[in-house]
Amino acid sequence: MSLTTAAMQIFNSLSISSVLLMVALGLSITFGIMRVINFAHGEFVMIGAYVTFLTDRLLYDALGGGAWFLVALLAAFMVTAAIGYLTERSLVRFLYGRPFESILATWGLSLILQQLARNVFGASNVEVRTPAWLQGGLALADGIQLPTNRLFIIAVAVLCVAGTYLFLNRTGAGRSMRAVMQNRSMAGAMGINTASVDARTFALGSGLAGIAGCVVSLLGSVGPATGQNWIIDSFMVVVLGGVGSIAGAIAGAVLIGAASPLFEFITTSSMGKVIIFALIVVFLQFRPAGFLVQRTRALEGQH
Amino acid sequence: MPLTVPASRRQYIAYALVVGLLFALPLFLSDFRLALVGKYLAFAVAAVGLDLLWGYAGVLSLGHAVFFSLGAYSMAMHMKLQSEALPDFMVWSGLEQLPWFWEPFRHFAFALPMAVVIPAVFAIIIGYPTFRSGIRGVYFSILTQAMALAMSILFIGQQPYTGGTNGVTNFQSLAGISLYKSGMRLGLYLATVVTLVGVVALALWLVKTRTGTVLMAIRDGENRLRFLGYNPVRYKLVTFALSAGIAGLAGALFVPQVGIISPSSMSILPSVEMAIWVAVGGRGTIVGAAAGAVVVNWAKTVFSESLPEAWLYVFGALFIGVVLLFPRGLAGVADQARGLLRKARLRSQDTARQPPPSHDRTVSADAAPDHARLAPQSAEPVTAAARQER
Repeated sequence: MSLTTAAMQIFNSLSISSVLLMVALGLSITFGIMRVINFAHGEFVMIGAYVTFLTDRLLYDALGGGAWFLVALLAAFMVTAAIGYLTERSLVRFLYGRPFESILATWGLSLILQQLARNVFGASNVEVRTPAWLQGGLALADGIQLPTNRLFIIAVAVLCVAGTYLFLNRTGAGRSMRAVMQNRSMAGAMGINTASVDARTFALGSGLAGIAGCVVSLLGSVGPATGQNWIIDSFMVVVLGGVGSIAGAIAGAVLIGAASPLFEFITTSSMGKVIIFALIVVFLQFRPAGFLVQRTRALEGQH
Repeated sequence: MPLTVPASRRQYIAYALVVGLLFALPLFLSDFRLALVGKYLAFAVAAVGLDLLWGYAGVLSLGHAVFFSLGAYSMAMHMKLQSEALPDFMVWSGLEQLPWFWEPFRHFAFALPMAVVIPAVFAIIIGYPTFRSGIRGVYFSILTQAMALAMSILFIGQQPYTGGTNGVTNFQSLAGISLYKSGMRLGLYLATVVTLVGVVALALWLVKTRTGTVLMAIRDGENRLRFLGYNPVRYKLVTFALSAGIAGLAGALFVPQVGIISPSSMSILPSVEMAIWVAVGGRGTIVGAAAGAVVVNWAKTVFSESLPEAWLYVFGALFIGVVLLFPRGLAGVADQARGLLRKARLRSQDTARQPPPSHDRTVSADAAPDHARLAPQSAEPVTAAARQER
């Protein structure tokens, strides 16, 4: 592997890490705050991707210059956040503190959403056109050209993470989310409406998945199984990083995003997955709760 | 604890009737339908194993299809070698000699025990480091799920040794007996029924022993159990291995009746399906789990034949419905109905007398939703029982 291909490889894996990070962030927050595993999270990625596809079909000609993609980004967030809100109100809120059941129920939801996508958009994948301003690349040196669409994905991920961080730490709504995450009953006693915080958190997490879905459409075609490609790796990111920790999620996403192509290059693509799984198990020997854990005196989760 | 263990004579009679019916089924069914029921029963065997692990020890493995498939592959390797000196897919991949680890599977006496041993050993390899480092609950579930994904990708990638995506198929005979010989289907079916009865009996016995009590204590309050001086890791590990071995046995029964095993049977979806069988039947009931496997798969066949498009909607709705409406599954529905009946009878009998308060409490405990059992507060009765037994 020459130096330039190595550089390209690292850059590509960074863009994969960025998508993983956006997906994992939502998972991590929702699990951290309500102890609910959302296996339909991947389908929110899929919905975001299909929203982008629809925006492409509807607004491509009306909005010249590729501005439609920015609309799609916003629409993907709004639509998936709204669906996430509805999901929380109608299904997930009955599953608090029942993580096993939440796996099964949200898995069922994911099956339904996939089949729905198959019936509405067809079983075959659809293509989203890449807007002109995201085509081409940034030439750094001889032979090293960074594709603009991947640069854009990294930028979106950075904005999402920064936005989430600021939201959680600098706004009242974000602070009440963290309060509920740390101690639900105490937060409730202080007058925080925990039920509404839950719904908003879930909507936020889903919206992040929707943004991830929007940018994923830049990397390849969109299909009913789009979400499935990301969900397991994102769960690994959450397990590696530690639940409810943004910094941990970043570290986990970068590691998994970088390790996958590395091991797939050294061995074969099928052995690569196995090696990564084995390494995660070994890593958890030393840090069972992931990179960064909220220190607490509770023996078990407080929920 | 509202545990469904066979206590009354009526229950034993019901079991005997069901077993008798299973033995009598070949009289009424065509070979095709019989193989179908045989498949359901093989799934039921696996469901019983998973119920021991999830329903009693509270450890949900979402990678059980891997263990099931490892058992199935062991048997498939044996059957493949029965008819072909060098399996066809090896020829296609340019392999000229049989790999050494395929060699002993020529012998049925090796392949059958391996169908149990390989999954059990694999479970120990996965389970020991994870249980030891204190990975519990959903973290374990997510990890086993990643294992299922990694294993299915591995089996797809190693085409020369595993048959790749197509898996292993085209079997002619098993242990020297042709699969198409008359009576062979019947024999396989009866072997499945006998195995199912044996595994159910083993599980029902196991959960009534002290070990079973400790397992339930792990489920309801693992930390309390640790403070009492037990080592939950050992119990969980043994249960995980036992459960994996049972799943492997189920796989070994599955593959001759269905005729194919491929990596798609060991991935995430089939693993989660197994959990849904148990959930539909009722966790922690053994018999319910077996019934759940049969009912869900029967429904799957019916829908796939008539409304293949709708099946995934029905299946997805089943996941959600069971969790929200019947958290204790079929067994829970039966208990709830029984509880209501008892309440009604008590009311009609004891209109003059005061109804004994204890009765009321049992009834409401029976009807209590399942998550109450999983919450740490409910640990008291079991741990108390465990202490008494010491």
